[in-house]
Amino acid sequence: MSIIYLLLGCSLLMALVFLGAFIWSVRSGQLDDDYTPSVRILFDDIKKKDESSNEKVKNEKN
Amino acid sequence: MGEITQRKKIACYHCGDLCEGPSIVSDGHDFCCAGCKNVYHILSENNLCDYYNLESAPGIALKNPISKTKFNYLDDENVQKKLIDYADTKIRKTTLFVPVMHCSSCIWLLENLYKLEKGVTHSRVNFLKKTVSITFRTEETSLRKIVELLSALGYEPAINLNDIESQVKKSVNRKLSYQIGVAGFCFGNIMLLSFPEYFGLDKFTKNNFSLLFGYLNMVLALPVFFFSSQDYFKNAIKGLRKNHIGIDVPLALGILVLFLRSSYEVISHSGLGYFDTLAGLIFFLLTGKWFQQKTFDTLSFERDYKSYFPVAVSVLIDRKETTVPVTNLKIGDRIIIRNNELIPADSILMNGEGNVDFSFVTGESAPVTKVSGEIIYAGGRQIGKTIELEICKKVSQSYLTQLWNSEHFAKPSESRITTFQQIVSRYFTFALLFIAIGSAGWWLIFNPVLSLNAFTSVLIIACPCALALSSPFALGTAMRILGRNKFYIKSPEVVEQIAKTNTIVFDKTGTITQPTESSIAFIGDELSNDNKSYIASLTVHSVHPLSKKIYSLLSESNTFDVLNFNEETGKGLEGIVNGTAVKIGSYKYVNENSPQDENNTATKVYVKINADVIGYFIFEHAYRNGLKKLIHELKSTFNLFLLSGDNDKERASMEALFGKNTNLLFNQSPMEKLVFIEQLQKNNKKVMMIGDGLNDAGALRASDLGISVSENTAHFSPASDVIMDASVFEKTNQFINFSVDTTKVIRMSFVISLIYNIIGLSYAVQGNLSPIIAAILMPLSSVSVILFTTVTTMLYAKKNKLK
Repeated sequence: MSIIYLLLGCSLLMALVFLGAFIWSVRSGQLDDDYTPSVRILFDDIKKKDESSNEKVKNEKN
Repeated sequence: MGEITQRKKIACYHCGDLCEGPSIVSDGHDFCCAGCKNVYHILSENNLCDYYNLESAPGIALKNPISKTKFNYLDDENVQKKLIDYADTKIRKTTLFVPVMHCSSCIWLLENLYKLEKGVTHSRVNFLKKTVSITFRTEETSLRKIVELLSALGYEPAINLNDIESQVKKSVNRKLSYQIGVAGFCFGNIMLLSFPEYFGLDKFTKNNFSLLFGYLNMVLALPVFFFSSQDYFKNAIKGLRKNHIGIDVPLALGILVLFLRSSYEVISHSGLGYFDTLAGLIFFLLTGKWFQQKTFDTLSFERDYKSYFPVAVSVLIDRKETTVPVTNLKIGDRIIIRNNELIPADSILMNGEGNVDFSFVTGESAPVTKVSGEIIYAGGRQIGKTIELEICKKVSQSYLTQLWNSEHFAKPSESRITTFQQIVSRYFTFALLFIAIGSAGWWLIFNPVLSLNAFTSVLIIACPCALALSSPFALGTAMRILGRNKFYIKSPEVVEQIAKTNTIVFDKTGTITQPTESSIAFIGDELSNDNKSYIASLTVHSVHPLSKKIYSLLSESNTFDVLNFNEETGKGLEGIVNGTAVKIGSYKYVNENSPQDENNTATKVYVKINADVIGYFIFEHAYRNGLKKLIHELKSTFNLFLLSGDNDKERASMEALFGKNTNLLFNQSPMEKLVFIEQLQKNNKKVMMIGDGLNDAGALRASDLGISVSENTAHFSPASDVIMDASVFEKTNQFINFSVDTTKVIRMSFVISLIYNIIGLSYAVQGNLSPIIAAILMPLSSVSVILFTTVTTMLYAKKNKLK
């Protein structure tokens, strides 16, 4: 049963890593604004779509 | 003969407004005004036309050009210091509040600002707070240039006196997030380590794991006790110092006893302690606090006149215009006020034609004409030509602003609210201490060994966790539901305050009437189609609000070209349309030869065609939708009052609405409104004040509950406890009923948590509280109370037909 000591250490370490990740996310301001990023993430797609559609046009011309 | 243009309503490509008059066509798109067209060109030159692809017609109409010198004050170092968050020799960071942003196109454009202004290195939008944080290089650009660019695009940042005068910068408070994170982490792990003991781990293994687990639990509980729960101790001590026993006192007592007894048990090897209960308790409590803490980021409930007054005005010094901060204005200064600028202090009109819109102050949007020598009160907005004024009172001593010097604004507004929880927790604490000491005393006589055990057990089990959670979750849910219905409350406690109301006081203009809508009727012979066209042709050229309203009434008619068009500000319009002389305006302006004044004070616009006055348009305030029904519903339960700053020309229609018995008061100054509310309170009335303008600010603050009705919640509302969107005004009664129901939910959940406490206490007083019972009872009571309050509150919302 001494394996439990190892498991205990591992599980606590894992949990601490997650706690650290949580604290980092709060500190970097990820919880301050929970709306704008959801809009922002879509902007790049629009540009890419435009580029790809431009490419399509070029291809069609060729 | 004039050319007849058949007009269709065309939506502007930039702002989506329907074009009044012919649209401006450019690049194959229609624009309603030159301002919109210019913005389109700026964007298209910089390849930023994606702006129009993200949302259709996302722009903001730029109908009023901004004067070139308006932002000169931003070059002032002292002003900059207040607005800049971070500065070094090369770069600066600033956060600007842009209330007009409304869609994803706005976010996109504001974050692509670097493409328009080279010096900008980075810009980031917080949409909920409606702010944009901009980093820029000082060599290439300046704060003034950035603000001017934003304004030119229609995104004028709101920079006001408050930003400049306030000493403290708001910092984001993330402490609660950390506390919850730590508590949650420890709670999970302690639970994990406690379970084996509950199932009798040591019976199966020979190792003494429970000892190790006990010490681990204790180590994990340290951050919970010293970091996550510290606010409860601080609040409890703060309360005790003021001789005030709140819910924090029994909570802090419970937490302290839990920690000490558990530590003792672990160290003395006599048990595992109640660390899981401790961590769970604090985790749930903090979650409740977080749930209750929701705020409406875009709304500000603390606005005073400083939030609307400009930072600086143009002052004439030695016949030269200089920009001077408003706070430095002295009596006798000559100031220049341009179109759409606010008059910052009571002053005498010296030059020019005053045409002042007092909608901020009174809620009345029809401009008032002022002539040289007249006093103009602070808070008015000049519409039309530039005027010159001489200051006769300091900014803070003006007719309107002196309201804020009254004692009501000196004390924090929260202090007037006492919640159910506060009342209950006082009795609860005494009852708890009585039982704890009583059971300790009992065991001291019969079995002294159990005495301390029983004493601590009572304090642990009776720790009012469920009670402390019922209010936050019921009120927090209610606050969210009300927010969804555009009824925004400052803090959850306000719900209880609404429920206590027994008297409602209404403001008139802008509150029960719609400031932008007024009903227009033409009095005289019915207008012929020709006459309609003549009037429309003339009014289409004027930006005066009354002209616009008349035009919108007649917009179906054809328009002709106008010769000799002339507009006299504050008087009227004239011109020759299709060979016919048309004159529209005030009585004096139209009836030149008969200078007899009409005694009725309703707003009228006379029409003269050739030599005959054919009649007049009469403007009457339109009441808000559903007002009649609302007043009828409220009349049966509440005492109703009406306080109006206007004269009593509408008394008759108000009496018809409110009934003859209601107290209707007219000609009330801002200070008189405040005093009236105080009088009601002296008679033990719980007063709800519903108002809209800055002139109601005193009454809103003095009342037990101030509701400000706002046409545009992000733009304007005086300080109050509630900001209600004007569109939901008719639901006021539903909101009140829902608040009453919510307080019922709190009482019911209080009973439930008491039942849990009694069950727990029955174990505790016997001195045999096992950690398992505590570990089951605490989460069970918390979760069931949370579920009960949220679900019941939502059901009550449905009953009151709220979304």
